[in-house]
Amino acid sequence: MTQWSGYFGLILQGTLVTIELTLMGSVLALIMAFLAGMGRLSRFFALRALATAYIEFFRGTSIFVQLFFAYFVLPLVGLELTPLQAGVLALGLNVGAYAAEVVRGAVQSIGREQYEACTALNLGRWQGMRHVILPQAFLVMLPTFGNNAIELLKATSVVSLISLADLTFQAQVVRAQTGNTMVPFTTILVIYFILALFISWGVRSLERRMARGLDGVRV
Amino acid sequence: MDWDWDFVRQILPTLIQGVKITILATLLGSVLAAIVGLGIALARRSPNKALSRTVGWAAEFIRGTPLLVQLYFIFYVLPDVGILLPPLVAGVIGLGLHYGTYTAEVYRAGIDNVPRGQWEAAKACNLNARQTWSHIIIPQAIPPMIPALANYFIAMLKETPLLSAITVLELMNQAKSVANTYYRYLEPITLVGAFFLVISLCSVALLRWLERRYGKIER
Repeated sequence: MTQWSGYFGLILQGTLVTIELTLMGSVLALIMAFLAGMGRLSRFFALRALATAYIEFFRGTSIFVQLFFAYFVLPLVGLELTPLQAGVLALGLNVGAYAAEVVRGAVQSIGREQYEACTALNLGRWQGMRHVILPQAFLVMLPTFGNNAIELLKATSVVSLISLADLTFQAQVVRAQTGNTMVPFTTILVIYFILALFISWGVRSLERRMARGLDGVRV
Repeated sequence: MDWDWDFVRQILPTLIQGVKITILATLLGSVLAAIVGLGIALARRSPNKALSRTVGWAAEFIRGTPLLVQLYFIFYVLPDVGILLPPLVAGVIGLGLHYGTYTAEVYRAGIDNVPRGQWEAAKACNLNARQTWSHIIIPQAIPPMIPALANYFIAMLKETPLLSAITVLELMNQAKSVANTYYRYLEPITLVGAFFLVISLCSVALLRWLERRYGKIER
């Protein structure tokens, strides 16, 4: 009988790395989503072009290729990254590109009358965005952001291939040491699923919280 | 490190080999995903509660866990119970199952969009369940959802590099083996990115054509 307690510790460590990556990746993705999403709505052609190029590039190539590029090619041009940094960078930029389109779609879905009301109240473009449009648009974005966060969680498994000790990597270690494949892989499948359920539950409760006081405003 | 065109010319034939496998895996995976998706969508509408619940939960589970781990599971765990699959077959099954759970939602939306009158007319014509599905509902439900399905197939294309983790010699794996032979990462990995960008831009053009051909999709 194999001593499972030690291996359980490994899996637990892997879970922590996966959670850490998901959190840090989500923060970067959120920042990039707002930068690029707002960039696409900008009045200036240069900003629009830059944001479109970013979004199309990161949505057009595979996350896997981007990760390998960040880890193996960037050091050649003098940018040395640890596996964790490369992972967060690739995940954040990739998911950020998808989420940027969500931001753009949500902002554009806010009715004309809201913009007209901003003008009538003599709010500047930035003020209108900050106090009127974004609080409403954010609620529209939230469910899709939740899906994006789950996509990000699932994409973190790829970083095991650049030697970062996440959940998938630790399962491989356990497999190599015990020769048992069924137990480690089934365990991590269940852990990933629980994490995904946790994210969707978190987003749903956040949505309820944010929707407070907006009754009757939303259609 | 400088870009070396001679090296590019030297490795291009190997990478083209990989592109063929990548495209083959995507096509086979798409066919499987289309079939699995339809199966899941039909099972979830089944009057048999046990069947629809079980399939629903299984689909939810597959969608909430990473494709990479599922591939490992198919490739490393199934041999324990006596099912030994060649890498490409395991990869195609993994892609097909994973994306089947996504296409199932597309089918569900497509089937829900068939007007009630069609169901009633089928009943009035005394068609049984099988005839109703195969002659009335499915032929009307499928054309409007072709663009949405194609969208997932493009997403699948970008996941195929994961197959390199279970030793399928697709584009990414060819690039990695080339890189490890010559100790040059810049050209192979960049070319992989370029290939993916080109293939996905072509498929986006195809998608636009499909959207025009089969009418607008709801966003």
